[in-house]
Amino acid sequence: MTIDTSTSVTPRKGGQDRGKAKLAQYGIYFALFVLVAVFTVTSDVFLTSANLLNVLRQVSIIGICAVGLTFVLLTGGIDLSVGSVIGVSGMTCATLVAAGFPVVLAIAGALAFGLLAGLLAGFIINEAGIPPLITTLGLMTTFRGVSYIIGGGLPVYGVPDGLKALGQGYVLGIPVPVILMAITLALGHVVLTYTRFGREVYGVGGNEEAARLSGVNVKTLKYKVYALSGMLAAFAGIVLMARVNSGQPKGGEGYELDIITAVVLGGVSIFGGVGRLSGVLAGVLIMGVLANGMILLNINEYVQWVVKGAVLLAAVALDQFIHRQSKAG
Amino acid sequence: MTDVLQLDQLTKSYPGVAALKPFALNFRQGEVHALLGENGAGKSTLIKLVTGAISADAGRVILDGQDLTGLGPAATLNAGIAAIYQEFSLFPDLTVAENVFFGRQTTRRGLVDRAAMEAETARILADLGTDISPRAMVRDLSVGHQQMVELAKSVSRNARVLIMDEPTAPLTNREVGFLYEVIARLKARGVTIIYISHRLKEIFDLCDRVTVLRDGDFVATLNTAATTEDELVRLMVGRAVASDHPASTATSGEVLFQARGLRSAKVHDVSFSVRAGEILGLAGLVGAGRTETARLIFGADPRTGGEIFVAGRPVTIRSPRDAIAAGIGLIPEDRKRQGVLLNQSITFNTVFAALARVSPGLFASARAEREAASRLCDKLQIKTPSLGQLAGRLSGGNQQKVVLAKWLLTESRVLIFDEPTRGIDVGAKQEIYALMRRLSDRGAAIIMISSEMPELLGMSDRVIVLAQGRIAGELAKDDFDQERVLRLASGLETRREAA
Repeated sequence: MTIDTSTSVTPRKGGQDRGKAKLAQYGIYFALFVLVAVFTVTSDVFLTSANLLNVLRQVSIIGICAVGLTFVLLTGGIDLSVGSVIGVSGMTCATLVAAGFPVVLAIAGALAFGLLAGLLAGFIINEAGIPPLITTLGLMTTFRGVSYIIGGGLPVYGVPDGLKALGQGYVLGIPVPVILMAITLALGHVVLTYTRFGREVYGVGGNEEAARLSGVNVKTLKYKVYALSGMLAAFAGIVLMARVNSGQPKGGEGYELDIITAVVLGGVSIFGGVGRLSGVLAGVLIMGVLANGMILLNINEYVQWVVKGAVLLAAVALDQFIHRQSKAG
Repeated sequence: MTDVLQLDQLTKSYPGVAALKPFALNFRQGEVHALLGENGAGKSTLIKLVTGAISADAGRVILDGQDLTGLGPAATLNAGIAAIYQEFSLFPDLTVAENVFFGRQTTRRGLVDRAAMEAETARILADLGTDISPRAMVRDLSVGHQQMVELAKSVSRNARVLIMDEPTAPLTNREVGFLYEVIARLKARGVTIIYISHRLKEIFDLCDRVTVLRDGDFVATLNTAATTEDELVRLMVGRAVASDHPASTATSGEVLFQARGLRSAKVHDVSFSVRAGEILGLAGLVGAGRTETARLIFGADPRTGGEIFVAGRPVTIRSPRDAIAAGIGLIPEDRKRQGVLLNQSITFNTVFAALARVSPGLFASARAEREAASRLCDKLQIKTPSLGQLAGRLSGGNQQKVVLAKWLLTESRVLIFDEPTRGIDVGAKQEIYALMRRLSDRGAAIIMISSEMPELLGMSDRVIVLAQGRIAGELAKDDFDQERVLRLASGLETRREAA
């Protein structure tokens, strides 16, 4: 994918599908630009630094999770449990703090849950051979239950100031969650583009059998990507909890769909093997701008749901189209 | 006897290959007629044309005076031509009766009439001489019984011509005996059976006539009573071994690779060794266990027993990763599904098995990867406008070179080539041959699998013949003889214990 940027000669024959690939790659930025332009014209509040920072802060939770989900989707899998992991992680962290544990330990506990949740998903997928969609669908429901059980169905309050800063603080005028999202995206990009692990992720998603016959330990790799997705979701859960000042059993509910939409919108193929995090960032921003713009324009919340669903379908349809084209070629 | 099915000048070409050349062939009512030929002789193409699975470029299929040319598979089946392939087309989670009547269920007042279907199925099965319950789930039946269900399907459709492709391959000896009886019953009812098998013995046991095909062309139709196994083998082979294969210049070195007592479900006690500088050919019919053996060595499939030695040292191979670490590389038979990553660049594919070797540090170095890929592209003369080109856009020959480049980069000294020239044009084939020879001359131990006999005998320094997962014989270069190989592969000649 990103391994070779030295394409000096463009083959005449491949020119057309290269064009199509480019369209898929850059179309997303164009769509983002159009959205921004439309909202700039239609709303006089949209293009203000306060509002833009607001958009970024709002997408930071799904942005962090989108990095983990990108790894999962690139291997050809999917993780629906991220929203519930966000919930359990927030509840775990808040409960531990409320019980008097040091903040660092509470965070470590929440992250450990994310790690275990991912390893469990990997275990079920690898050892029981249950497809990722079903595995993580089951875990999504299970973990949501756990999230309610932890606080007996009630939110947990009493977040100390030090922890609150993670969700509500500013550094040089930039909200801390935005900085955390940026760091996550940057690290994810480095891992995906410049490490052997990243290469293996693309390889397994592109052709699992060929990757196995090239010496990739596919099972270990799957454990790793689901563990990564679980840990990042748990991390996002801690940030969300810090932002809303409490552990909410409903925290992160429905987020998985926004996250998947953003990732697929960003050009990551649901068939695996194709996509990059720069596109995912654009996908995440589109989701944020769309939500923010519609609120500014006073568009009915129910209509917003319709738009979000349509955006997901359009993104998947485009992916299908490109996939079929490249197969036919 | 009257002719029931006439094939008139059927032809089919694929780009660069004439899969079937025009000739006339007639099948009589109530005969068992064998189709015989090596892999790639045109048997499968012929059958696909007759059943309407593919359409002919020219020519006609005539059943009882009715022209079936151009009808699709469903219409051909309705007209009375049915086929039973090696892979059954049954629904495992439906009952026997539901399978037999699938797609044309008997109905009463708009509802499916189970009782009527089950009664009819029971009658057909009893007629065939079996007592399989019409209510049994197909999943729970033995392979032999599943085959009977396939037969019952054809009978219930009043098929007049029944094509059977290697029907005995999955069966036990007892089941084979029973199949023989069933075939005799069908024959007595006037059904024409076109019988395809590699096992010559069966052809003499069962068939009235036999037609030999070679290279997509008709060779002869003979009465089985008036021919011999030797004659059939000679007709099947029918040509001299091509000599366009570069000869070995290396004197064989030390034993570089050794397998002892390899075992799995499909491989039984296979042992052999390969010297540095030697190309060992694995011959055998489809399903003889050649690819399975290769995959066992490479750790791609689990093995139940056996040891592997590389350069005299025992190596533990539990996964392809272990095999690669031991210096073994596999060029798999299905290039697109197992060899290359089609949506990744040449560079990506080339370095993929040697990432740690190319970039020893924490990060993968794009520059080191490009340099390595570029070096190998030059060495193997991979024709591409750029290293960033997606592997899926390359020709078959160049894709194969990319797979090879991958193993050169891991510095594998034991290379397994499984059907290395399948689907590759003639010019690229020569290049692959030359590369293989060059690698072996430089001290690699090569194991080659090929269904194309001239290629296999041309390239190999020594050949081992496999039959039904066992070693059936071994031939040294001086004893190479296509007929011998074929006789060993089809079980006509058994291994000489003294050898």
